Amino acid sequence: MPAKYHIHVRRVPPRFSPLAKNTIIDWGEGCLRCARCVKEQCPVDAYRKRGFDPSQFVDTIDEMCRDCYRCVQGCPRELIYKANNPQYRQLGDEYWTPEILAATWYQAETGKIPVSGAGYGGPFAGPGFDSIWTDMSEIVRPTRDGIHGREYISTSIDLGRKPMFLTFDEQGELAWSVPPLLELPLPILLGQPSLGANPRGMQEIMVQAAQNLGTLAILARDRLVPVPAEALGQIMPSYSTGALNLDDPLLSQIRALEILDHPGVLEQVEALKKRYPEVIVSIKVPGDEKVVDRVAELTAAGMEIIHIFAGEEARGLGEFQDLHLKDLIRRCHLRLVEDQLRDTVTLLVSGGIALAEHVAKAIICGADGIIADLPLLLALECHLCRQCTKGGKCPVDIDQITVKRGAQRLVNLMGAWNNQLLEILGAMGMREVRRLRGEVGRAMFLEDLEKEIFAPLFAQREGELKREPT
Amino acid sequence: MAKPKKVIALPTTAPGQPWEPVHTPGRFRNTLSKYRVYRNESRCIKCGKCVELCPYGVFSKAGTYLRRPQSYLCLGFACQKKPFHCVANCPAQALKVSLHPVYNTLGDCRWNGDLLLSTWWQAEWGNLPYTDLEYRTGASGGGFDRLRFLFPPRRGGKKISHQDISLEVDINRRGDGRPQIRVSVPWYGGGMSFGSVSINTILSRAQAAKTFNTLVSTGEGGYPEELYPFDDHIVTQVATGLFGVREDTLQRVRMIEFKYAQGAKPGLGGHLLGDKVTPAVARMRESVTGSALFSPFPFHSVYSVEDHKKHIDWMKEINPKALVAVKVSTPTDVDMVAVGSYYAGAHVVQLDGSYGGTGAAPDIAKKNIAMPVEYAIPKVHQFLRSEGIREEVTLVASGGIRSAFDVAKAIALGADLVQIGTADLVALECLRCHNCESGRGCARGIATTDPELVDLMTINYGAARICNLYHAWSWQLKEILRLLGLRSIRELVGRTDLMVHLDYFEREVDDDIRQRG
Repeated sequence: MPAKYHIHVRRVPPRFSPLAKNTIIDWGEGCLRCARCVKEQCPVDAYRKRGFDPSQFVDTIDEMCRDCYRCVQGCPRELIYKANNPQYRQLGDEYWTPEILAATWYQAETGKIPVSGAGYGGPFAGPGFDSIWTDMSEIVRPTRDGIHGREYISTSIDLGRKPMFLTFDEQGELAWSVPPLLELPLPILLGQPSLGANPRGMQEIMVQAAQNLGTLAILARDRLVPVPAEALGQIMPSYSTGALNLDDPLLSQIRALEILDHPGVLEQVEALKKRYPEVIVSIKVPGDEKVVDRVAELTAAGMEIIHIFAGEEARGLGEFQDLHLKDLIRRCHLRLVEDQLRDTVTLLVSGGIALAEHVAKAIICGADGIIADLPLLLALECHLCRQCTKGGKCPVDIDQITVKRGAQRLVNLMGAWNNQLLEILGAMGMREVRRLRGEVGRAMFLEDLEKEIFAPLFAQREGELKREPT
Repeated sequence: MAKPKKVIALPTTAPGQPWEPVHTPGRFRNTLSKYRVYRNESRCIKCGKCVELCPYGVFSKAGTYLRRPQSYLCLGFACQKKPFHCVANCPAQALKVSLHPVYNTLGDCRWNGDLLLSTWWQAEWGNLPYTDLEYRTGASGGGFDRLRFLFPPRRGGKKISHQDISLEVDINRRGDGRPQIRVSVPWYGGGMSFGSVSINTILSRAQAAKTFNTLVSTGEGGYPEELYPFDDHIVTQVATGLFGVREDTLQRVRMIEFKYAQGAKPGLGGHLLGDKVTPAVARMRESVTGSALFSPFPFHSVYSVEDHKKHIDWMKEINPKALVAVKVSTPTDVDMVAVGSYYAGAHVVQLDGSYGGTGAAPDIAKKNIAMPVEYAIPKVHQFLRSEGIREEVTLVASGGIRSAFDVAKAIALGADLVQIGTADLVALECLRCHNCESGRGCARGIATTDPELVDLMTINYGAARICNLYHAWSWQLKEILRLLGLRSIRELVGRTDLMVHLDYFEREVDDDIRQRG
């Protein structure tokens, strides 16, 4: 058995107090100065430990408060309230919700899986990934003790072209050279966020994190920072249309690269492969209305990796803008299955992957691996205020963060994500993430459950309209 | 540390006599509320007019001293049209009624502010609130929260009174010669271990179970001696960690619950954090103080349905009088699991959804793993029926039953009865802060083993609050049955035709039973 893959997480304290969902409003006026003030009885000592963070003008009590309401309910003059924190609600946007931001910050700080008591308090279901539930297995499977388990669950994936069979010559030797294959220990690649106050710093942080994690950092070739020689194997330079120069010295030092899809891409790859047969090529294809045919076409032409990218909010592009990434993946995956080519190619997806569960669900829908981009920026405490895109100053000084610190926060986030992937796989009784790909039978889709269970019971039948509510 | 409020003597109810609600106010000085009645002290002339006017007792006097307003009793904005509206009638314009800022911070989608406040009300008074609080559903936007009862238009002649309506359920439907357990209400207490909740919480629930002639499960954490007087109302749980499971504990009870999975963490083990393993908990579980306890997943001795049968046979052998329940989560093949459990000899199949639990569970598991219990109930109900064994299995739904309406809906979807847990805790003034698992545990003294915090609550208070809630639920269930023209809760099982789902039904439906009363 190979050495167990382990991501070494280490707490990296935030530079800014995380914004709490609710805030304490504490009126001084009218205070009776009770000898035994409720504030002294706080079970978590929040009042005693509170401070003031001058960089953000926030009272640090809110992050310590554990919402027990004992002070609210105890003050004899009812001078203490809790109220929604407007700053919290303003974080992010409709897709990148304050909850996603807060969960990402927590994971980047601690490297731990978010855990809480008292059941699930969220909505019944939601759009996109929130309309999928993953399966579990009651008994029939090998035993496993949580993520602390004794049995190894592999999260490795292979990048590259996989031949469907081998051919041998008369001497019994392989009749052709096996195409290069790159094994990543986790099904997540690091993609460069489309915004951010310090893109160069971000690249350095990503390179170090990729080295630490054993995965690849996808970085735009034209703005590439100097990468230390030992880290070149961990980067996947990305070339825009026509920018690939075969004399680029970098090409002989890397293991994989990415080219944005264009009409002449097949010829370009052929020329590239002639000179650098060991470099694995990924074609970056927009998730628009042509994506399914294009993916089939590229796969049939022998491409190794196809990276399908969707919008920032996990929506398709062009005419597919109302199609969710999960459906985009399913369509491409199913088309390749129909063409009997699915196993030959590696499908990577990006766009709107925001939480660990999205990794598992994208893979269930048919991706081999995912590319995380915006979460990497969030891991550095980004509030997604998008000031940087308007030339404004970054309120959390992302440009001030050191490479070491930033990389560790990325590693922490990926460590937490990977452990959550293990939880999902373990619950299903699966021991390999490779086997999860396209396994829609191990997931439950909202539309299917509705169709199978609720619709037959509650859909209006003929004559049903007579049922009058009283 | 604040002393618990005055101890309420638990009235001794004669056997067979129904519980009469006992007013049991909250333990904390200021009861949380939706509206806030504010009196500007500098304007108030202490005329006492508000005390005279308000029929709900928001204002009161002690001598000439005006006590602070009890906001939670206020009718809210609906009072503006009333002749006794205090704000309009105050000669000094000293009064103001507004939405309480705290209201918007309470609860979550499943247990929203209204549901918490109305459940606290029921636990305090034993009846439904007269205010505009929503007491039937939460705001999760699906499942139970989108189902409504469609009460038929009232017809003359068919008069059913609450005395004619039975809420009783027989749990042994196998006819295998084992004793019957007849519970008087269609719910029983779900497993919450000693360790995850305090002994006072456990005993409060046990007392309530006894008063209402139903059961409560121990969860996986041993069988505290204090529970011995309640043996006939206890279900003891055998779970993967086998904490505190002994021959003796299995022999004490009338029902044994075999727990495979738990809805809050399907397919994952349990985890009691070290902080909550106090000396008492460690003794009970035969473990080490302060050392975290893992309950593994799955049973390391059950790899097949044959192994499963072996375990059930083994338990039946140890206690020849007990019924056996099997608690499972809701995977894609939950229907097959239920059938398998039946053929292995289980009396009860319990489907546990992911909305419950006091213990620590990864958020990713609660949200994403296994299907919502609302789908699982009809799926299993119908499958058991098509297999011809529905009449021999008792189907229990749990993990997300918050209100009397959820009970009725779960039964109408196909369950025989339900198990509740969080609702009991909310009766004890849990406000779902989701911090039960960490540090000293619950800061309100419910889900904790910290000696100082445990003392925040007495058993008399706890039992009375839960009994009040059960009383309010019984009334609601009987009222629902009465309005549907049914005489027994048994007649409601699988009656999805009595409900509509708002995703499929376009007209407005209001199944509020208060106005109909």
